[in-house]
Amino acid sequence: MMPQLVIYPLIVQMLLAIVLMFVWSKISWQRTISIVGSILNLGIAVWLFISVWQHGSHTIQAGNWEPPFGITFVADTFAATMVMLTAIAGLAVSSFSAGSVIPARLKFGFFPIFHFLLLGLNGAFLTGDIFNLYVWFEIIIITSFVLLTIGGEKAQLEGAVKYFTLNILASIIFLTAIAVLYGLTGSLNMADLAAKVAAVENRTLVQVNALLFLVGFGIKSAVFPLYFWLPASYHTPPSAVSAIFGGLLTKVGVYALMRVFTLIFEVDPFLENVLIAVAVLTLFSGAVGAIVQKNIRKIFSYLVICHIGYMIAGLGMMTEVAIAGAVFYLIHDITVKTNLFMMSGVIYKIKANHNIKKLGDFYADYPKMSLLFAIPLFSLVGIPPLSGFWPKLSLIGAGWSTENYMLIGGILFASFITLIVIVKLWGEVFWKTGEKLPETRNFPYFNKLTGLKKTQMMAPIIFLSIVSLYIGFGAGNIQALSERIAFELMDNQEYINAVLRK
Amino acid sequence: MKTIIIRTASNYMLPLLLVFSVFILLRGHYLPGGGFVGGLIASIAFVLHAFANGLGDTRKLLHFHPGFLMPTGLALAFLSGISPLVFTGEPFMTGLWYPEHLPIVGNLGSALFFDIGVYLVVQGVTLTIIFTISEST
Repeated sequence: MMPQLVIYPLIVQMLLAIVLMFVWSKISWQRTISIVGSILNLGIAVWLFISVWQHGSHTIQAGNWEPPFGITFVADTFAATMVMLTAIAGLAVSSFSAGSVIPARLKFGFFPIFHFLLLGLNGAFLTGDIFNLYVWFEIIIITSFVLLTIGGEKAQLEGAVKYFTLNILASIIFLTAIAVLYGLTGSLNMADLAAKVAAVENRTLVQVNALLFLVGFGIKSAVFPLYFWLPASYHTPPSAVSAIFGGLLTKVGVYALMRVFTLIFEVDPFLENVLIAVAVLTLFSGAVGAIVQKNIRKIFSYLVICHIGYMIAGLGMMTEVAIAGAVFYLIHDITVKTNLFMMSGVIYKIKANHNIKKLGDFYADYPKMSLLFAIPLFSLVGIPPLSGFWPKLSLIGAGWSTENYMLIGGILFASFITLIVIVKLWGEVFWKTGEKLPETRNFPYFNKLTGLKKTQMMAPIIFLSIVSLYIGFGAGNIQALSERIAFELMDNQEYINAVLRK
Repeated sequence: MKTIIIRTASNYMLPLLLVFSVFILLRGHYLPGGGFVGGLIASIAFVLHAFANGLGDTRKLLHFHPGFLMPTGLALAFLSGISPLVFTGEPFMTGLWYPEHLPIVGNLGSALFFDIGVYLVVQGVTLTIIFTISEST
């Protein structure tokens, strides 16, 4: 059974989704099953990670077809790390949704769809087949579309239309790129493609194809000119949904970009310049967008875009140090962004308002909770020794050695603006003496909830804050992990050998 | 739509179409057909019945909510997917085959159960969608 470990995260999520569908109308059962299942899933993800860390990449061939003909599932260190982070964020959001999402929404199959989304995420991380990657992306889009629209408020539908239009466009572009790639090489297995793409004589077509992939994944990961769907939609669904979206959805795009541009395509100087320009503009526009917003969740949405820039920057520089920085940032960003959106959910449950101008007094009313919220907020800014600081160090170091001074400027600018935004948010929401907000009728205020609900909402925030603190204080371990991932990404021979069993 | 002709016809069409859908499902091993098409044909049978006799009668005929077919079918497909893991230790989704050739069904293997799962899911989804739409009008 051991070599099958790669497939277990998928099997567990699939099983959970099916079981949850059987108990469609029993909400309290669904809550319990989802949380217990997520804990089980976290255990399996950690097991997979430890096994990969000790024994190297695991692969299996679905249906026992020989590579490159069958669909391969590969868990190298990068994939195993991402699966583990998905499990961590998934557990947190599962518990948070059990506490915060109102039963009227849960009745429409919130939890089954949520686990289908996690299934899609795990699949996208583990697959070694480019067409299979597309299929997992479709699962992610469809489930996220349902999660976005459950409840059917006007704002939600408006956001969902924008979200869906641009994401379906991204899928079409991605599919076209796969078709061209298949036409050029006759293969879909990513390890097999690595050798075959390098041998294609028509380099221009390969470059155009690489750009198609860049645009397709660029829309998914919300980089500079293609990000407009994100701030239009992320603030509309319940906070639990925003949390899983903000934490993981854009990162799948980044993961796919990293995979494709380290494994399949050689990054030539032109593509490198494009990536760096995109990174600088993403950093700039996301930061500037965040500074003018008033709605907490819109601020965080723009910060999601802004911080995608760091990862694209690491990819653009294409040195081992830079990739290690990007991977470290990815690890840090998933935990912190998930946590921040959950935090905004708690603030909303307490004050029934999202506008930072109207909020206030939070520190005076809830001092302990404010201190807890300070951890993700200041981890995001990257005040040493918290987690956001270390990857930037690697990225700036890589920027010096590759002489990308514009990029260093962009990174520093974005960090600075993030600091201003977070300090402003802290001042407005936590320290300011706010006006008395009128009580909204029939609103499930935090104080009126049962103790269990409160625990279900606060426990994941504490859990993710501890993970964030570990990433900050145990930065040596995470750095070692990121360096190993970067090494494996830059030297893709091990991945290819693991898949093709040479 | 409740004319006597269509009502009488639908009584004969329902079993006929259902048998045909099973035929298409089993045929899908080596020839065009399979769970997806079979599921669509089976749902056409119920939709036709609903047209002729009204939605209430069809619901009574089905005894359960068609949405229930979705998790059942998914579970069946899922079990056939993990059966090689459990029984022979081969990778996920490997086809397991019963060695003897059976009458009507042909070669019996885990792929057939996967297809039956698809058949049920397609039927569940189609009927849920169509019933919901025709209820709201």
